[in-house]
Amino acid sequence: MTSVAGASRRRYLADNPRFLAGLFMSPAVVYILALVGFPFVLAIIYSFTDISTGNPDLDFVGWDTFARVLEDPVFRQALWNTFWFAIVANLIVVVLATALAEVLTRDFKGKWLVRFLVLLPWVAPVSLATITWLWTLDSIFSPIDWGLRELGLITENMYWLGRPELARLSVVVVQAWRVVPLAAVIVMAGLIAIPSEINDAVSVDGAGTWRKMFQVTIPLLAPIIAVAVLFGVILTISDMSVVYVLTRGGPTNSTQVLSTWAFIKGIEGGALGQGAAVALFLLPVLVGITAVVLRLARRREVL
Amino acid sequence: MTWAETDVQALHRKADRRRRLGRFGLYTAAITFAFVAAFPFSWALISMFKQSSDLYVKGNNPFWYNEPPTLEHIELLFAETNYLTFLRNTVIVGLAVTTITLVLALPVAYALARLRLRWGERMGIAIFLVYLIPSTLLFIPMTRVITNLGLQETLWSLIVVYPTITIPISAWLLMGFFKGIPMDIEEQAMVDGQSRIGAIIRVVLPLMFPGIVAVIVFAFTISATEFIYALSFNKSSAVKTMATGVPTELIRGDVFFWQSLQAAVIIFAVPIALIFNAFLDRFITGFTMGAVKG
Repeated sequence: MTSVAGASRRRYLADNPRFLAGLFMSPAVVYILALVGFPFVLAIIYSFTDISTGNPDLDFVGWDTFARVLEDPVFRQALWNTFWFAIVANLIVVVLATALAEVLTRDFKGKWLVRFLVLLPWVAPVSLATITWLWTLDSIFSPIDWGLRELGLITENMYWLGRPELARLSVVVVQAWRVVPLAAVIVMAGLIAIPSEINDAVSVDGAGTWRKMFQVTIPLLAPIIAVAVLFGVILTISDMSVVYVLTRGGPTNSTQVLSTWAFIKGIEGGALGQGAAVALFLLPVLVGITAVVLRLARRREVL
Repeated sequence: MTWAETDVQALHRKADRRRRLGRFGLYTAAITFAFVAAFPFSWALISMFKQSSDLYVKGNNPFWYNEPPTLEHIELLFAETNYLTFLRNTVIVGLAVTTITLVLALPVAYALARLRLRWGERMGIAIFLVYLIPSTLLFIPMTRVITNLGLQETLWSLIVVYPTITIPISAWLLMGFFKGIPMDIEEQAMVDGQSRIGAIIRVVLPLMFPGIVAVIVFAFTISATEFIYALSFNKSSAVKTMATGVPTELIRGDVFFWQSLQAAVIIFAVPIALIFNAFLDRFITGFTMGAVKG
């Protein structure tokens, strides 16, 4: 008797949605709280201490750590670069990703190959994909320089990664190159979602390709393009591998960004407090972007 | 021939010309995109088979084998570097992370997609927000946490930390796939006398198989690609992954090592890209379904 009652109670519990929800969610929630929530709080705490690998005590120093970080001209360069790289790269991304999405929603011969090649920059591990650029932009053997020399446009090599302006340009181009495929995929999902009746109606009304694109497609796509760009911005401002592999922040810190500078200060230099403070400058931007994404998502109901 | 007829023909010709021009533009655009995207990879692919006496001559056509291609640099990569160690580490970490991810994310996704929770939607958004917190913000305190747990310089450091990246995104994807399976199927199984858990295991999970495979690919790719944690936690070559081992140990400033380096990239990146590409449509379905109200 009792065992039957026990079994049915167990069964009842297992079928109760609220009990089941707690059972199903708590392991992941605990895991995430312990390994994302806790370090996140630590990151903020660290920024107000002078903790280092040599002195791991949490001595609160108020805004001192931030003041020290801000004093450093390299930090200011890194802050400036982080935002400019993200802005310029993502301007390129908007234009190219929209165009690429248009191409990829059409049918043509060899589409699978084009799709594979076009997605390669995003799908290949970033730190490895950047190595192919390191070789493409090599100071002596760059094939781009070879082409320019053959065309008679240059006589001396460009030293893409050796001159501050060109190194910055290179970082921006590589960032845009790897984000365009992801943005295009997001925009593509939006393009497919536009009801074909709208396109048909516009065509019947006699609008040409360009008018259709600028007066119908792009306005309809605006929210999803915005989502794509916001993802692109998050990817570019938080990425460290492109700059680390291409230039290590050089020449003379001219391509330094917040992520590489935080790494150099906090991990290589052992100044954990300052490193955490440097990285924390990303937070306001991330919060702003997230707010915009959420608002857009709510309006469209679909991300 | 009446006036109206010629006019119609002219219009047809004009439309025809326009269509052909459109096709031409489409192919031009497609080829240009493919060329720019693949350019550095193709240069890497050509370089990996070149002899040094061919590659390191400034005037030589870089896109042509001026001397016969060779496999010697690929042999060198496997015989004399830690490449295979990096590969092994990446696979071990990837498999472990994928397992942890599935075990923790599947129940979350099920609960959010099926149990009609009052705070379900808010929870879904919270999961999405966690995904937006980049490792760049966390890697310094995380390195301390790993050191205090005694996991630095072991693969465990990565196995423990990577699920924080893969669980949110996988839960979101799986949520989408769960929503794609009709509720009736499961309710029917419960009417037939299965418990809810029984219905999930015997009826729902088999139908989820394609989605689960997609998530395995996704989580594995993320863990194989991650850079900043791997670089911060593990400095000895025995515990480096592909993403950190190749850039830190095979880029050699002093000696020319470019062929083996490019081989290291191509041999790993191209298969990953092929597999990921095969699953792309399924990922898109999962993501968009995840955002649909259940």
